[in-house]
Amino acid sequence: MEVLKIATAGSVDDGKSTLIGRILYDTKSLTTDKLEAIEKTSKQKGYDYLDFSLATDGLVAEREQGITIDVAHIYFSTATKSYIIADTPGHVEYTRNMVTGASTSQAAIILIDARKGVIEQTNRHFFINNLLRIKTVIVAVNKMDLVNYSEERYNEIKADFEALMSKRDYQDQKIVFVPVSALKGDNVVNKTKEMPWYSGQPLLEYLEAIQQKDIFNIGTPRFPIQYVVRPKTDDFHDFRGYAGKVYGGELNVGDDVVVLPSQTKSKIKDIYFYNQKYQTASRRSSVTITLEDDINVSRGDMIVRDGDLPTIDKQFTATICWMDASQLTSGGKYVVQHGINKVLAKVDAIHHKINPDYSGIDSDVSELKVNDIASVTFKLNKPIFHDAFKNHRTNGSFILIDTQTNNTVGAGFIQ
Amino acid sequence: MNNNISTAHINPLENESIYIFREVAAQFEKPVLLFSGGKDSITLVRLAQKAFYPAKIPFPLMHIDTGHNFPETIEFRDKLVKELGLELIVRNVQDSIDAGKVKEESGKYSSRNSLQTTTLLDAIEEFKFDACIGGARRDEEKARAKERIFSVRDDFGQWDEKNQRPELFDMLNGQIELGQNVRVFPISNWTELDVWSYIEKENIEIPSIYFAHKRKVFLRDGLIWSHSEYVYQEEDEQVEELMVRFRTVGDMSCTAAVLSDAVDISTVVQEIRDSSISERGARIDDKRSEAAMEKRKQQGYF
Repeated sequence: MEVLKIATAGSVDDGKSTLIGRILYDTKSLTTDKLEAIEKTSKQKGYDYLDFSLATDGLVAEREQGITIDVAHIYFSTATKSYIIADTPGHVEYTRNMVTGASTSQAAIILIDARKGVIEQTNRHFFINNLLRIKTVIVAVNKMDLVNYSEERYNEIKADFEALMSKRDYQDQKIVFVPVSALKGDNVVNKTKEMPWYSGQPLLEYLEAIQQKDIFNIGTPRFPIQYVVRPKTDDFHDFRGYAGKVYGGELNVGDDVVVLPSQTKSKIKDIYFYNQKYQTASRRSSVTITLEDDINVSRGDMIVRDGDLPTIDKQFTATICWMDASQLTSGGKYVVQHGINKVLAKVDAIHHKINPDYSGIDSDVSELKVNDIASVTFKLNKPIFHDAFKNHRTNGSFILIDTQTNNTVGAGFIQ
Repeated sequence: MNNNISTAHINPLENESIYIFREVAAQFEKPVLLFSGGKDSITLVRLAQKAFYPAKIPFPLMHIDTGHNFPETIEFRDKLVKELGLELIVRNVQDSIDAGKVKEESGKYSSRNSLQTTTLLDAIEEFKFDACIGGARRDEEKARAKERIFSVRDDFGQWDEKNQRPELFDMLNGQIELGQNVRVFPISNWTELDVWSYIEKENIEIPSIYFAHKRKVFLRDGLIWSHSEYVYQEEDEQVEELMVRFRTVGDMSCTAAVLSDAVDISTVVQEIRDSSISERGARIDDKRSEAAMEKRKQQGYF
């Protein structure tokens, strides 16, 4: 069965957790014991409704404050798909967690409170989805019950959001609008009678309709070597397999390939998945490849098709999202983890800061603070084999690791 | 030769898990696979076999034995290890009790489950393990739903839930300082049904207690408890023989049985599909409070 990963985005109190709880409830994915726990706690809190956010806010601090601090992963399935929802925090200070949730997602739901309309945070959420080149975005105008299910109000919000869409940089997005009430269950899983003027589908039906072509640009095959398999047993004495995951298109037995960085040429001899041999390895499959020639290959090297090389360079410019309380400054040194490859990097130049509210750029920037998004050039101690993010999602992205704390402090998208 | 290995044929979750196993083997010096003999850790073993084939799994298994296990599970554990030629490390909670490091609980709800933490942390220190692979899934419990795939623990094995490393795209950052360790959860994104379906598809052998059998049990608080010397029982709690099976296998004192007629894997899968109760609904240890799991994790529980 297909697995679809979705990220939610919305401001504090826009009702993300409630929306997810509602989806779980209406698709009958909440088990009796979990539902009983929600009923019990809702009653203890003195609510006269079921607080579905209790199903997703898993940390004590979250339940105390009634906000989502960190990404929760929620699972449910329908007859056609298995869903993984990354319930990401909406609070400005947790933007890094939003990027985290969105980075592994194939579609996004942006929530807007019908009373508040498009606010600065909405810009930010859309900007991040755009930056991550999420192809399918569902804009859920929530709390319609609190604006008397007004068509006029919905159209106003839709027009405001469409104005935002004209400013985006990545145009190839499919965006749909749905007026909902997560609390009352209008247009989430079931179509409501409260908004007869709405001719579209309930939210879940848009998710059900998402197809592979609505997900990402697939790109060309890239095979970073994760692990070299050398069994040295009697049966496999000379076996030297390269284990990894296929990113982009597919690889076939007999393909002429090049091993980077040495640029040695060879041919794919066998493709193993466990104890079976296959003719083709499709994208996202974790296979083990053997080559016709006995060449020296190690972790971090990459197998690509001959004539289809990525850029091999000791420097690159990227849009980065800075995620740490420390500041990124010109000249600072970090570890760049590009896929599985780690190299030492120095910040060569911070070109400008990009305001995620679409208000333009700030030049003359000498440092980046938490949640800043900027264009930065890095110099590396050895070359990496990269593509632009717009052409290749995996081979065009990286993380920054602080050499002192080992923390992941930034995410980058190669330009 | 098969034609095409693609995620359309093979569960994409399986590919993701294999990728995680290879990252562990490559990024860490001394990984270990925490093995309880339950269905999740058995699934981990199969995934690890697939990740490194035709080589053997390049790390040992470790069982933190509470001493209150179902005998069927221990028997199964020893058989599996022998068949696959794996190394098994066993550390006993009883030793931690004897050394005065932890105090045995007493009374009606006493369990050795939370005592495992101390034994686990001592074993990590003894062997200097830097990565402990576990079979936890995010769908099990709401605190688990918050945990990363590579979850960094400090010198004391503690989880800082409010300050987790962001985990972006496929990139797993396993860089740690000496003394820290990483708990790795390769099947984070699997659901209970995914695990059962996989066991069925792969024809993986599991301990017999997962299938319906007659067992001496007693009822308490709406749950079915095993009658055993390890489980505290009030005098008025009547022992009866019922047809039951276990959905989750932990310590006898914290794992409740469910009524069932499912005697083989396909009926088990069907039963899980139709069930309106979550897996951990039968975990007595989770019912202690709203935050029982989160608190245990902060202290170093896996």
